[in-house]
Amino acid sequence: MGLLDRLDNPYDVGDNIFLGTVEDVLNWGRSKSDWYMTFGLACCAIEFMAVNAAHFDFMRFGCIPRPSPRQTDFIIISGTVTLKMAERIKRLYEQMAEPKYVISMGSCSNSGGPYWENGYHVLKGVDRIIPVDVYIPGCPPRPEAFMDGMVQLQSKINHQAIFRKRKEMRPEDIAAIDQRQIELKKLRAEYEAYRIEHLDLTGVDNVAK
Amino acid sequence: MLPNEIFDKLKIEFGEEIISLNEDPGYEPSIKVEPTNLVDIMLFLRDEEGLEFDYPSCLSGVDLGANLGVVYNLYSMKRAHKITIKVEVPKEAPDVPSCELVWRSFDWHEREAYDLLGINFVGHHNLTRILLPDDWEGHPLRKDYVQPDYFHGMKVPY
Amino acid sequence: MSEIRDVAIDLGNVHTEHMKLNVGPQHPSTHGVLRLMVELEGEIVVDVVPHIGYLHRCFEKVCEQNTYTQIVPYVDRMDYVNSMNNELPYVIGVEKLLGITVSERIEAIRVICAELDRIASHEIAVATFGMDAGAFTPFLYLFRDREKILWVLEKLSGSRLLYNYIRIGGLMRDVYPTFKDDLRDIIKTVRETNAEINNLLNDNKIFVERCANIGILPPDVAINYGASGPMLRASGVRHDLRRVDPYSIYNKLDFEVCVGTGTMGTVGDSWDRNWVRMLEMEQSLRIIEQAMEMITDSSEDVRAGIPKRIAPKGELYSRAENPKGELGFYIVGDGKAKPQRVKGRSPCYVNLSIIPEISKGYMFADLIIILGSIDIVLGEIDR
Ligand code: SF4
Repeated sequence: MGLLDRLDNPYDVGDNIFLGTVEDVLNWGRSKSDWYMTFGLACCAIEFMAVNAAHFDFMRFGCIPRPSPRQTDFIIISGTVTLKMAERIKRLYEQMAEPKYVISMGSCSNSGGPYWENGYHVLKGVDRIIPVDVYIPGCPPRPEAFMDGMVQLQSKINHQAIFRKRKEMRPEDIAAIDQRQIELKKLRAEYEAYRIEHLDLTGVDNVAK
Repeated sequence: MLPNEIFDKLKIEFGEEIISLNEDPGYEPSIKVEPTNLVDIMLFLRDEEGLEFDYPSCLSGVDLGANLGVVYNLYSMKRAHKITIKVEVPKEAPDVPSCELVWRSFDWHEREAYDLLGINFVGHHNLTRILLPDDWEGHPLRKDYVQPDYFHGMKVPY
Repeated sequence: MSEIRDVAIDLGNVHTEHMKLNVGPQHPSTHGVLRLMVELEGEIVVDVVPHIGYLHRCFEKVCEQNTYTQIVPYVDRMDYVNSMNNELPYVIGVEKLLGITVSERIEAIRVICAELDRIASHEIAVATFGMDAGAFTPFLYLFRDREKILWVLEKLSGSRLLYNYIRIGGLMRDVYPTFKDDLRDIIKTVRETNAEINNLLNDNKIFVERCANIGILPPDVAINYGASGPMLRASGVRHDLRRVDPYSIYNKLDFEVCVGTGTMGTVGDSWDRNWVRMLEMEQSLRIIEQAMEMITDSSEDVRAGIPKRIAPKGELYSRAENPKGELGFYIVGDGKAKPQRVKGRSPCYVNLSIIPEISKGYMFADLIIILGSIDIVLGEIDR
């Protein structure tokens, strides 16, 4: 979100320029245009349909339904996962392209829900077969709860590292990056000084001059 | 037509094969029959003037302890009366003649009873599992069924 | 339209191939996790084999392990788009076993809830059917209305989709003071929207061309297969359990049993099935209007009749008219707190078994229309 704030602030750099990391920009783009798979399992899918429809309007999150797993960023496990279906879900998950995310919607896919004890044909939690990013509790979760889950997923994507971590890099790369950082810092300081000199807008009187 | 009239009519036609009529309070009137000639009895119920049970409501398999039971709930749209037919078979040899061709509705019902209770419907054209996966073991609605621990490498109990 | 189809089918020397196509379990138009194995000759459907059980949630086993009161929430989860209508036959069945009757006021509230949910269910059916045919706007309109119904039922029961509101011998709580105003509001909006949907969808030429004369189900086949609900009535059979085997207070209410007449094509085609649903919504509104008058202001405690101990002995087959058809429960009680056997007779299960019969010889795209017109809910098919 930091990026948007800077974009919206008219007293920042000026037209169409903002400072940030490439990671920020990419993550911002990724989290605001998640495509999901049209895929419903049980009662929770009806609530999910309600989220899609006019009143709750899921598309304002930038989420577009795609019928094929190969075009999707995340999958919503909306309902009871049975043993017969579990293998298909695993297959669908494997067909999705990286990076991929999973939202587990409802008690059933979290832990087996109402069927945890006597459901001989129910998988007690979809996390036994695929990794889950966001769990949404409820039976069924309210649409508001689902939208909160979506916000959680977006913030998870926003804070993800795309590039390699520092400790995994070669020493010469680290040195080069450090050098570059110092240069950038200098540039930024120069720019700040320039800005304070030329674009001093702290008071209305100043502008009037 | 009242249940006892239906019972009498069946008794005249089939004699020994019609075992008893249960009209206890709390129970819906039901007729217990022998499974040997079931298809003929059902055809008679469907086609005989005055009975005309044209609408198959429900078929349920029941675990009765030593025996397995099949319960047929029939309804007549023309005459607006209903009756319950029951058969009982031992658990060791649960063979019941298939009524699939009398009412097509029972095709899937019988497959379900086979799947969940292991009742063998003799003469059914495709008696395979319908709800559970094909390689599932056991019939879960029997009272002595225990959950498997693993299915295809997935843990089943919580 | 039929001429066009004949031409398409009779292209004699065009080379076609015999193939098998798998549809589902993850497919946008299978309404859940249904899987169809379709055998095709070119684009003509030769055979359809439905594979179900991808949502088998062990309802009947769960029932044997729970008390009669605890079963009600599981009954809700059978046909999850109209929970109230599922609770009704189950609760009525257990009440009959126990020999309890409830007051007319409680029955009226139950009937109103059931009819509201019937409208909600039909709205989903029409909306998703429209989507199958490529119309997205009715989906948005109808879901907006359905949201209003859900709000009222939520105010009543405290939960949004699976209500657990009707209790054995009573209700969970009494209606709130402004209930009738909300109902009047709903009646007004649903009437307005339905008129709009008729313009937008049912009289739409493209929609009619896609649905009329598709998937014709003759009445005798329907009866032999045990079809029920709009599926049976669209074939011209005037059979509605609310009329022929009345339960609750339906015998005191005035409403029509709507049947298909073949307005756009043949009696019993996909368009008729959809149209019967539209007509039934209007009848449901009429029922609500009448039942509303029966809810008098009173200090009656709707929880007073709930028995302390529920352990009936006996067995019966209790059935009611669900929006999808005849929903029945075969309940066997042996005098213990937990039933010996509860079997759910699901209307969708039976209705779906007809699909191989009525879809042969049509194009593959028509199969999706036929499937949509049956209005299936997988939670009830697989239980
Ligand atoms: S969590 Fe509840 S509402 Fe969701 S699928 Fe499971 S039973 Fe249905």
